[in-house]
Amino acid sequence: MLYHLNFGYVWTHFDKLAWGLLLSLELAFVSILIGMVIGLALALVYTGRGALLRGIVAGYVEFIRNIPLLLLVYLVFYGVPSVGGFAYDATTSFVLTLSVYSGAYMVEVFRSGLAAIPKGLTDAGKAIGLTAWQRLVHIRIPTMFRIVLPALSNAYVSLFKDTSLASVIAVPELTYGAQWIKTNSFRIIEVWAVVTPMYLVTGYALLFALRQLERRFSIR
Amino acid sequence: MQFAIQSLPFLWQGLFVTLQVSALVVVFSLAAGIVLGVGIVYGPRWLYWPIRLYSDFFRGIPLLVLIFFMYYGLPAFKVNLSNFAAVILALSAFKTAHVIEVTRGAIQSIHLGQTEAGKAIGLTFGQRLLYVIAPQAIRRFLPPWINAVVDTVKGSALVSLVGIVDLMLAIQQVIGRTYTPMPLYVLGALIYFSINYSLSMASRVLEARFAHIRE
Repeated sequence: MLYHLNFGYVWTHFDKLAWGLLLSLELAFVSILIGMVIGLALALVYTGRGALLRGIVAGYVEFIRNIPLLLLVYLVFYGVPSVGGFAYDATTSFVLTLSVYSGAYMVEVFRSGLAAIPKGLTDAGKAIGLTAWQRLVHIRIPTMFRIVLPALSNAYVSLFKDTSLASVIAVPELTYGAQWIKTNSFRIIEVWAVVTPMYLVTGYALLFALRQLERRFSIR
Repeated sequence: MQFAIQSLPFLWQGLFVTLQVSALVVVFSLAAGIVLGVGIVYGPRWLYWPIRLYSDFFRGIPLLVLIFFMYYGLPAFKVNLSNFAAVILALSAFKTAHVIEVTRGAIQSIHLGQTEAGKAIGLTFGQRLLYVIAPQAIRRFLPPWINAVVDTVKGSALVSLVGIVDLMLAIQQVIGRTYTPMPLYVLGALIYFSINYSLSMASRVLEARFAHIRE
């Protein structure tokens, strides 16, 4: 092979990758939090009465789940400001996009979680005289969260990987850092040889840690 | 809005490329994924670990990183592929990992008694696979596999980032000329949606169709 590996440039600018990785994790974390709020609210709307509201929620979920995330990123970043919407900086715009995106998946997760609550639990709540609101806050939501924990961990790790798309609108996350080093040094093999394990190790380490948490809280 | 309508013939070419990429990837990943999926269930240990490693590796990295690596990185190994071949390779390698897991899940969902019954009446391994396992496993295979196809169509939008004029890049190019992002992005979203939603519906219909089958 005529190509000589030289990691010097990658290590000199490793701070770009390290901070990029941290930003990726943050983007995914903030997005899943907002997504969970959206998802919980809409899942409750969906399980409630009202065919119209139910249709609107289903429309949102289906639309988001069936278009490419890349298109959504462009639409929010370039499209929305062009028709008089607010123009945000790239990072805020991406967090918004990923929140709306994860919200659609969270609706599905929480909806199935709510459906999986044993009927005996809510009946028991009724029997001791809890109101519908009390049953929701003290029985249905806590039980649901313990049921959907594995799905939440998977969604978080999956969103962490999706943050790589933020590089297309110049959010300085991990893939953007890699692109920056590649553009400035042409050390292509080296930079991907460092970045790929960073994604892999972080992703699986997260999943492992979250699995431990799940074991602590899950219902046996 | 008029730009969006005027640009339709050009977008049509892009859509054709998107469908072409998706179709090629679906075919390659289906063939490789089923073979490797059968290998991971029935294969010996020396076959199990490489496939497990392959699957976990490709499912653990972002698709975008994989596409960039294949596109920019392979030439350094003296592998010179066109950008089209490079992304087909990247997407297929990625999707194969998912098909492996779908295949594994489908086969393992079939009760062991079925295999034993097949053995008891003297079927060979190939016959058991073909006549006993496959007809039942395909019902568990189809719904998640169609979801993987939807994912492929969505993921194919990433090929626009290495200069292949698929639907996504065609939209970008029209916007570059007309400066009307919103109508075109919405149009693009509707096109992607109509393809993927029909696939999702097919998956749901199949799932409902096979829902009565229990072990």
